[in-house]
Parts: sequence; C-alpha cells; structure tokens
Amino acid sequence: MAKSKYLMFLGCAIPYRVAAFEVSARKILGKLGVELVEMPEFNCCGLPLDPVSHEMMLILAARNLALAEQKGLNIITLCPGCAGTLKKVNKMLKEDKALRDEINCHLKEAGLEFKGTVDAKHLIQVLIEDVGLEKVKDSVVKPLTMLKVAEHNGCHILRPKELIGFDDPEDPKTLKTLIEATGATCLDYMDETECCGAPSVGVNDKIALQLARDKLNHIKTVDAQAMITICPFCHIMYDTNELRIEKMFNEAYGIPVLHYPQLLGLAMGMKPEELAFNELRVDVSKLLKQVEGGA
Amino acid sequence: MTEAVQRPIKSSEIDSKFKYEISKMHGGEKLMRCFQCGTCTSDCPIARFSDTYRPRQIIRMTQLGLKDRVLNSDTLWLCASCFTCTDRCPQDVEVASVIRVLRNLAAERGHVPQVFKEQCSSILESGYAYKIPELRLKKRETLGLPPLPKGNPESLGKTLRTVHFLKHVEKKGE
Repeated sequence: MAKSKYLMFLGCAIPYRVAAFEVSARKILGKLGVELVEMPEFNCCGLPLDPVSHEMMLILAARNLALAEQKGLNIITLCPGCAGTLKKVNKMLKEDKALRDEINCHLKEAGLEFKGTVDAKHLIQVLIEDVGLEKVKDSVVKPLTMLKVAEHNGCHILRPKELIGFDDPEDPKTLKTLIEATGATCLDYMDETECCGAPSVGVNDKIALQLARDKLNHIKTVDAQAMITICPFCHIMYDTNELRIEKMFNEAYGIPVLHYPQLLGLAMGMKPEELAFNELRVDVSKLLKQVEGGA
Repeated sequence: MTEAVQRPIKSSEIDSKFKYEISKMHGGEKLMRCFQCGTCTSDCPIARFSDTYRPRQIIRMTQLGLKDRVLNSDTLWLCASCFTCTDRCPQDVEVASVIRVLRNLAAERGHVPQVFKEQCSSILESGYAYKIPELRLKKRETLGLPPLPKGNPESLGKTLRTVHFLKHVEKKGE
C-alpha cells in the first residue's frame, strides 16, 4: 500500500473546535509530499462510547476500518484517541476470529465487512515511520534554536501499551525527537506522561482542571516557552482552558500551547497566519517575536 | 466510594456470583488476579485529586460481590480511561477494562452521566459525537479546509440496531 497516501480521519473534536490543528497538519503534510484523501462518510471512532457500551465502540471503530478497506487506503488521524481506538480494534478483530465474526454480523446489516487489510496511524507515527526523520529534518529551513519547549503526548497514543504498540508509554521519545528536528530544545519535566484530565470533563470539571493545572505548574517550573501537543483534547485542556485555570486557582501561566504541526510549520518557514496561530487562545505574540528575532 | 465504605455491609447485599459474571465478560477476565497491592490507586491521576475515586477499592468491592454499591456509585464514572493502571498492574488485571465492564453494566441499568447520552444521540444523528455548529462549517471554507465528510445515519443505525444501550438514548434524542 502506498506510503504517501492516506485516508484522513478527522474525528469529532477537531472539526468541533480545534481547527488550527487541522489547518497546520494539512500544510506540513502537503509540504512533505503526503497525499490526503477525505473519508467517504464519517462516524465517530467509538472511543467516547466505550464506557457505556463496549459493543458499540467496537462496531463504530470497525465500521470506519471497513470503509477504509473499501478505499484501499491506510488511515491517518490527528487525534490520538481515534488512532488508539482504530488501532486497538483493528488488532483485536484481526486476532480474535469469534469477535470479528460477531462484529461483522452487525456490519453486514449495512453491507460492510471488516477484513483487516488496512492500518491506522497517528500523525506523529506517520512522520517518524513513513515520512522518516531525515525528510522531516530536511524540510526545516528556519531552525527554531531559540526555543525551549515542553512536550505532552497524551495517553491514548501510547496506552494500553500491549494493544497500541507504539513508543514507550513510560518514556516516550517520538514527539521529543520530532520537536528536536525543528531545532527547538525539548525540556524534561515532572510527570510528563500524566493525563491532561479531558476525559473527566463533563463528569467532574474540577478534577479535570486540577490535573491540567498540575502539568502547567510543572512546565512553568522548567521555564518552557511553549507547550507542544498532538491531541485536540489535551490542547483544549491547556490552551482553551488555560485562562479558566488561571482564574480558578489564582495563577498566571501565559504559556502558549502549540499543535506540533504549527511548530514544524514555523521551522519550514511558513507564516503564523498560514498555520492558524490566530485560532489559539493563549497569547502567542511574545513567542512569535522570539522566533522572528531568532534569539 | 467513601460513603459506601462507611455504611456497614450486610451479608444480604453480597452477590457471590458477581465476580464470575464479570470474569466472563470481555475485559473482565482477569479480575480475580488482583491481590490488592494498590499500584493502580497510587498511580491514578484522578485519585490524586478525588477524595472518593480509588480503583483498588472498586476492584475489591467487585471481588466481594458488592454489586449494587459498585454499579450505583457515581464514583465509577470518574475514571479518565488513561490506562496507566492497566499498563502498571503487576498482576495484569487490566484494571481500566474491568472498570469499563462495570460502567457498561451500570449503563445498562440506565445509571449513566448525561454527557454520554448526549454524545450517543449526536453520533446516531450525524456521525459526530458533538453537534458541529453551522458557523464552524462555514469557517472551514474561510480557512481553506475541505468540506467535512457527512455521516450516514441510516447505514449507521442498521449496524447499531441491536445495541442494548440505545434504549436509554433514543427517547431523549427524538
């Protein structure tokens, strides 16, 4: 299967409120020669409904995989939740014939069938495995050596380890490597792999925001100029909610939160406007001046 | 689950078959391996900020057969599904999956936070878990993004026809 052509699986959170991630990801992928084909039709990956019905999650995920199989294309996602779910279900159904038959009974009602012939990968997995680090590095024309940033992977691109099988959940390296490819320094900090809290929003907002605040505190302590995320939900927790957290806990962070493709895009020489920087909530003007000034 | 612990346990509320019921379900198979080391609770990001959410306690109550206490508890819904407990459990209990099995059973009883019903009804209607505002769709054009793929509610509905949980959702959505 062609390694430079993918079916783009947007998920729900990105079209709902995280446009900057999509805009910047499409820009950098275009520059790296990755061709994107839109999904023929869409349904949620299934992850949000796993807590209420595992069966429904399996059907929703399998349905997307079956649609991708019809197109004969591997899936790329920007959301780790979608990537994790599609990957997990793909593996489960491939390995468990009884489960596959059961889910296929449901899909058959709509004339679909899961066969297990495509892969699903998150953006950073595509960058590191298919595009390749060298090509990413070669695309950098304006190294961001003036920046010291902190990474945040999010949970579902890494866990549960046995089903996801990507990177090391206790010490993930891929995002760091990709950040360093832009010339920026990636700082270590306490509890780097800790959850952002997003899944608890709607059930208990206070706990969710306390978790996000904890991480912002750690990042502030190491003087990171920005936080780099690869998940729409994590981004909402730290960028959209940063002001809310500041008010709630009487703190001042002012830490810009960029989507990784925005960082790479800057290093590729793209303008902040092209990368939808104006969609971000936290003020990025100081950061962009530092990038412009080169010091 | 503090409130549940403080209330004395009566032998009549113990369902000794509950653990076997859970162990037969996909994701709950390894429930009985738990030896209560507490790694799950000490590593749980939610437990750090919640006074009541303790995964070890949920597992133990399940092993003990305190079915109604576990399934009717709001605490069950605090899990963020980060899978840290699953990855670090020395007994490979798959704690997060056991909790998911319990939540699925609670949901079957209709005991489920509103947010899940809303997401479910939105998916049935449009394919997307959230109702994407018209403004956002228009903005896609301004931002140079391609039109969003549409859902196929009819086809989706066919595949989900027999899913039990929908009985708690469809009434609300219509």
